[in-house]
Amino acid sequence: MSPPAGESPHWPAVGRTPRFRSPLLHAGIILGLIVIHFILPEYHNGNLARIMVLAVYAMGYNILFGYTGLLSLGHALFFAAGMYGLGLPMHLLGATPAPAFLGGLATALVVSAVIGFLALRTSGVAFMIVTLMFAQAGFLTVLLFGEYTRGDEGFVIQQAARQVAGIDLTDPSNRYFAALTLFGVCLLLIAWLVQTPFGRCLVAIRENEERARLLGYDVLAHKLGAVIISGTMSGAAGAAYALLFGYAGATFASVQYSILPLLWVLLGGAGTTIGPFIGTVFMFYLIDLASGVTSAYMLIAGLALVLLTIFAPQGLAGELRRRLMSWLP
Amino acid sequence: MTAPLLSTRGLSKSFGGLEAVRDVDFDLPEGQIRALIGPNGAGKSTFVGMICGRIPASRGDVRFAGRDITDLAAHRRIGLGMAYSFQITSIFARLSLHENVALAVRRALAQPHPAAVDQRVAAVLDRVGLAGRAYQTAGELSYGHQRLLEIAMGLGQTPRLFILDEPTQGLAESEVETFKALIRTLGGETTILLIEHNMRVVMETAEYITVLDGGRRLAEGTPAEIRADASVQRAYLGSGSP
Repeated sequence: MSPPAGESPHWPAVGRTPRFRSPLLHAGIILGLIVIHFILPEYHNGNLARIMVLAVYAMGYNILFGYTGLLSLGHALFFAAGMYGLGLPMHLLGATPAPAFLGGLATALVVSAVIGFLALRTSGVAFMIVTLMFAQAGFLTVLLFGEYTRGDEGFVIQQAARQVAGIDLTDPSNRYFAALTLFGVCLLLIAWLVQTPFGRCLVAIRENEERARLLGYDVLAHKLGAVIISGTMSGAAGAAYALLFGYAGATFASVQYSILPLLWVLLGGAGTTIGPFIGTVFMFYLIDLASGVTSAYMLIAGLALVLLTIFAPQGLAGELRRRLMSWLP
Repeated sequence: MTAPLLSTRGLSKSFGGLEAVRDVDFDLPEGQIRALIGPNGAGKSTFVGMICGRIPASRGDVRFAGRDITDLAAHRRIGLGMAYSFQITSIFARLSLHENVALAVRRALAQPHPAAVDQRVAAVLDRVGLAGRAYQTAGELSYGHQRLLEIAMGLGQTPRLFILDEPTQGLAESEVETFKALIRTLGGETTILLIEHNMRVVMETAEYITVLDGGRRLAEGTPAEIRADASVQRAYLGSGSP
């Protein structure tokens, strides 16, 4: 039984729509990305590998922004925590990728737990500013320890080091499937998470925090959980980026990398499972195509963003949910 | 005599220099429908705010179900079996009715299995007469239906104490009738603390009435006693509706 058209335009009618639709959608996307690998030319395969890793970053951001309603301007800190948590042990200590990746995850987890604990004492605009400031402090820390991090210039992780169980991650095809594995795991994880009582409570907090509290939910604990999951997933993306593309640099800790996931999520559809991916693809190719036409490519990208914000304020997936697929998770 | 479900001793709240609630001693036995009345500014909402934990008390203490909850956070108090329905409708306007109530039910169930939640949500919505609208967006409901949803969320929590803050405010006459019937049927299953301005609702539903005036407890008694109380008439009934 499908819900009549026009009902629940903002949020899927959970409980009425068949529960298999959501797994089908997400499995379909992953399957599609497998198939498309064998069709697309190498240039686009390379792009897509990068997009999938960045989409993991966007999905992590979306947990906090889209589902919990907390706008962070400091997620580059978590991305960089994962990146350097993996990169520095590999670069300085000669660690192998698998334990280094766990190191990246653990770093991001600890950093997000500490930042969450401190920043959640504030809300609204203050939360945005506090997260922004912490991220700036993180960026400056990377520069301060330039002796090890090589600051802006960054460092390369050599091809010889980027081997996991005999698989060469610098090979384009292996890299693609490594990116897809991480992307698939994170997508399914989020699809599952938002259907759990924990995930539903995050949405309740986004919609009406005081009401959620007086239904007996520990709002602060749920928000902290959201920051940690969001930050750790962003860190996983940072670690994967360094590992798959062999480079870590301070740019990834800069404010620009805090703004990008916000844009991707806004364009793709905040509070939807597939929105972050759609937004990342859209913006990546928008800039890619625009830069082929003119050197003022950000002007074209900016115009497209303005138009989309006017005509699809809920993002691409948000529009899809509003117009066609009210069940979209 | 068994201990009351809820009791306060010397409960007080000052906002700056203003004492909104002063030294209120209050006992509510389990199973009773109690009304809390008083003129505007008598401190009713502040008083229940301190009971459910939205407002921290300046002095005094609150006991609920045998334990001191004065220093407990609001969500912990709710977890002990309280439900609070807001004076100003506070629902999840962009979510479906089903999800609104499900959020309440999930928190209350020890094992929130989806099928058990759905079943309980359906039962609660049916009880308040909104079963047919389960998958509408809550914000699209009429005001009266939103008030009913607010009640349904409270019922979904299966509370031991249900605090209703001016539930009939702004309702049409026919809706008030529906509401009175609902309150009466709830009487057998839970303890109710009802803040209400509409005297007819109070007199026809409450078993016992507490009157606040100027932040103090002015009187307490059965509806008949309160009606006959001269001080109450002076403070409240005489100045407004009969």
